[in-house]
Amino acid sequence: MIAPWNNDGRGSDTVEVETGLIDVDGVVCSYSGSDVNALDGFSLLAQPGEFVSVLGRSGCGKTTALRVMAGFERASGGYVRLGGRLVASSFVHVPPNKRRLGLVFQDYALFPHLSVERNIAFGISGLDNREKRRRISPLLDLTGLAGLEKRYVHELSGGQQQRVAIARALAPEPVALLLDEPFSSIDRAQRVVIRRDVRRIAKEAGATTILVTHDREEALGLADRIAIMGEGRVDQMGRPDEVYAAPTSPEVATLIGPCGLVPGVMRGREVVTAAGAFPVNGAAGALNDGAGVLALLRASELELKASTDGPEARVTYREFRGEYTEYGVRIPSGLVVRVRKRSSELFNEGDRVAIKERPGHAIAVFERRG
Amino acid sequence: MASGQAILRRVPIVSVRWRGMPPAGLVAAAGLVGLAALLPVLYLLVRTVEGGADAWDVLSRARTVQILGRTALLIITVTGFSALLGVPMAWFVTRTALPYRKMLTVVAALPLVVPSYIMAMVAIDMFGPRGVLQQTLGAPLGIDRFPDIYGLPGAALVVTLISYPYVFLTVRGALLRLDPAMGEAARSLGYGTLRTFWHVTLPLLRPAIAGGALLAALYALSDFGGVALMRYETFTAAIFTQYESSVDRQVAAALSLFLVVLAAALLLLEGFTRSLRGRFHRGSSTAARAQRPIDIGGWRWPAFTFTLMPALVGLAVPLIILSWWLVRGLANGEELVPLWGPLRSSLYFSLLAAAVTAAAAIPVAVLAVRYRSPFSRAIELVTYIGFGLPGIVVALAVVFFGVNVANPLYQTTALLIFAYAVLFLPAAVGSVRSSVLQVSPRIEEAARGLGKSGLSTMLQVTLPVALPGVLAGAALVFLMTMKELPASLILSPIGTRTLATSIWAAASEAYFARAAAPALLLIVAAGIPMAFFVLRERQMRNSY
Repeated sequence: MIAPWNNDGRGSDTVEVETGLIDVDGVVCSYSGSDVNALDGFSLLAQPGEFVSVLGRSGCGKTTALRVMAGFERASGGYVRLGGRLVASSFVHVPPNKRRLGLVFQDYALFPHLSVERNIAFGISGLDNREKRRRISPLLDLTGLAGLEKRYVHELSGGQQQRVAIARALAPEPVALLLDEPFSSIDRAQRVVIRRDVRRIAKEAGATTILVTHDREEALGLADRIAIMGEGRVDQMGRPDEVYAAPTSPEVATLIGPCGLVPGVMRGREVVTAAGAFPVNGAAGALNDGAGVLALLRASELELKASTDGPEARVTYREFRGEYTEYGVRIPSGLVVRVRKRSSELFNEGDRVAIKERPGHAIAVFERRG
Repeated sequence: MASGQAILRRVPIVSVRWRGMPPAGLVAAAGLVGLAALLPVLYLLVRTVEGGADAWDVLSRARTVQILGRTALLIITVTGFSALLGVPMAWFVTRTALPYRKMLTVVAALPLVVPSYIMAMVAIDMFGPRGVLQQTLGAPLGIDRFPDIYGLPGAALVVTLISYPYVFLTVRGALLRLDPAMGEAARSLGYGTLRTFWHVTLPLLRPAIAGGALLAALYALSDFGGVALMRYETFTAAIFTQYESSVDRQVAAALSLFLVVLAAALLLLEGFTRSLRGRFHRGSSTAARAQRPIDIGGWRWPAFTFTLMPALVGLAVPLIILSWWLVRGLANGEELVPLWGPLRSSLYFSLLAAAVTAAAAIPVAVLAVRYRSPFSRAIELVTYIGFGLPGIVVALAVVFFGVNVANPLYQTTALLIFAYAVLFLPAAVGSVRSSVLQVSPRIEEAARGLGKSGLSTMLQVTLPVALPGVLAGAALVFLMTMKELPASLILSPIGTRTLATSIWAAASEAYFARAAAPALLLIVAAGIPMAFFVLRERQMRNSY
């Protein structure tokens, strides 16, 4: 166990109070030669020690956001505070080497000319050898790299390289850890184990961590809180289960889980769609009768029943997945709604069925714009 | 001589080969080319060994040791200065927010095209005993005599100005491929610009620097014209003097062989640094990401000046001085007419050499790419002889071979073209090889599947697709042949003068004015394709 966040009074150009608080507010950033702002009012607040994932499609600006925090891109508006210190705004730009952030890059960017040990020690080259060892050895234990100190990068597996990258980022006792798509170059089988490791390491080190990714499973699974990014800004932020249960827009809903969005009309506490009528959840209470909405239909929140009346819905495909079977059901409007059902009772392709909500579930709806 | 290697290294190797036997015709053609490339040097070796005791005598003479020392000194000086100039220049143009970066990149590579004998003439005129500098600054500063330009300082200056672009271009290529995340990682770990360069960028560039330095060193070893004009006797100059003055050509042969050994030693040395490369190699998927150039603030203009200076001295000054000579010569009634003959024979020889060499490169490259085997690799290796060997050695070897074995060919155009082909085959093979590598074997297989034979597949599919590379190879050979001096001097048919040999003739008699017109012509002829190459390389990069 190390406790990197107590300041032992080194370095005059570092802040006195380090809380690991990351406060990004309304940041605007554009690349030269482009009219579109890569970031347009990006805000994000991460509490000390918190693990925050930023989830977004490629091109939404999430990597740019990380690079603004790190200091590789300049903000033309808004501000970034790290541990209470203003590091970026339209008139302040603290260079990356003075920000004391630990970065883990997509391909790790380990130095191929240095051994594991010297890679990790790279950021603390100012310390004497004894102090270096004192810092590095708990990191080696924490990351499970003990015994590999003398190896070179090309002699390590992908997962080991990643842990070296994390250890290297943690060694200078940074204010926070920023991870840029850190699992994308690890094969699927290893990924689950490694990302669990990464969360454990970050938590044990007590580091505020921001993870940028386009993988929803990764973002939901690791984060204390998740920020869903639209075009250049955060659309919604909260605990993964909260955001999942109550997405505030269709965009957030599609990003956070596979789902179908089916047009419908409000009628009392129900939404009527081509797939049938469903009870809506509390957040939709304010909508008037007859309001046009999109109903969020998630495969795991639906049921299938054999039926002979109601909307003409028929099974178009059936895929056995082990624990459950997934069905595609074509509804009269032509849309295919996915439904997951326990594998005990099977329907056949072509069967006429009725789509119902799972008992106790209410459906989220979004007001239709335009 | 160097460009072949540079091209060879740049290409990502996606060698997908065919199993099975290569067509007999292809093997025969490639084998013939390999044999032809090997023959002269093999012959040189045999003759020297036959000479036996005499040759040893030559090599153990005190004078030989002196020449060796001078050659080594020149190589070390040139390589050192080339690295000191080329590495920072490459970093400035690829990584920093330098004003006019694109223009600088092209301009900084251009002194490569100035033949060393022209550079030397200009340097003598500038810094020599009765030179421009002495005349303009000597009296006001009260200096009777500036330090002598002849000897090592002059030779090193001239050769460095021509060979630093090798380091510059190689390192620039490596920097463009280097993952920018490396530098960013260092920055995030608290390293400033300078420390990042020193602790991360520079170590990662070591193989590229070694590669560029090798090219510079080989150039310093093989240069003849510039070094000879500067009266600095290295091996090349000694061999030429020996060849010109004595009936016994055994000595020249022995010295040549020694030069071969030196070149081989340099190649081995670089091969050794390359074997360490495992640690440096990495595939990067993010390298293509455009990165914001580093703002070096107030250092921008000093860096700009530093990057521009070598090209200014190595290209602009020669152009200005040559133009001045030309104007002065014309004013004094010098005539341009004698230029027509040399120009015509230069163009004729160069076109012929380009066509022959590119054609010879095709079977070698196809065999090497499509049918990898110890045999094909051996042939490829043999064609690289010209890369490591100074022009004067190849020329002498061809002379010996011509006189003793193929006498009817001696002093004919055929033998001269043969020498050019041996010398410049590496450039052509490298270029053709890289473009054949980019032809997917799938489309060849498709042609085979549609009933085409191996030969007609090569003629109808492979070659048309690889044509740009073949043409680029031919253009390189053309450019190098235009500039080539020692082989042209030794092997030109009697009475025939090329641009290069007429410049040499004028320069060695110090009729600089007479050399101006052909020299300008040569620089322009060589410079245009060179600028084209640099620009094309950048377009290829941008199109990722």
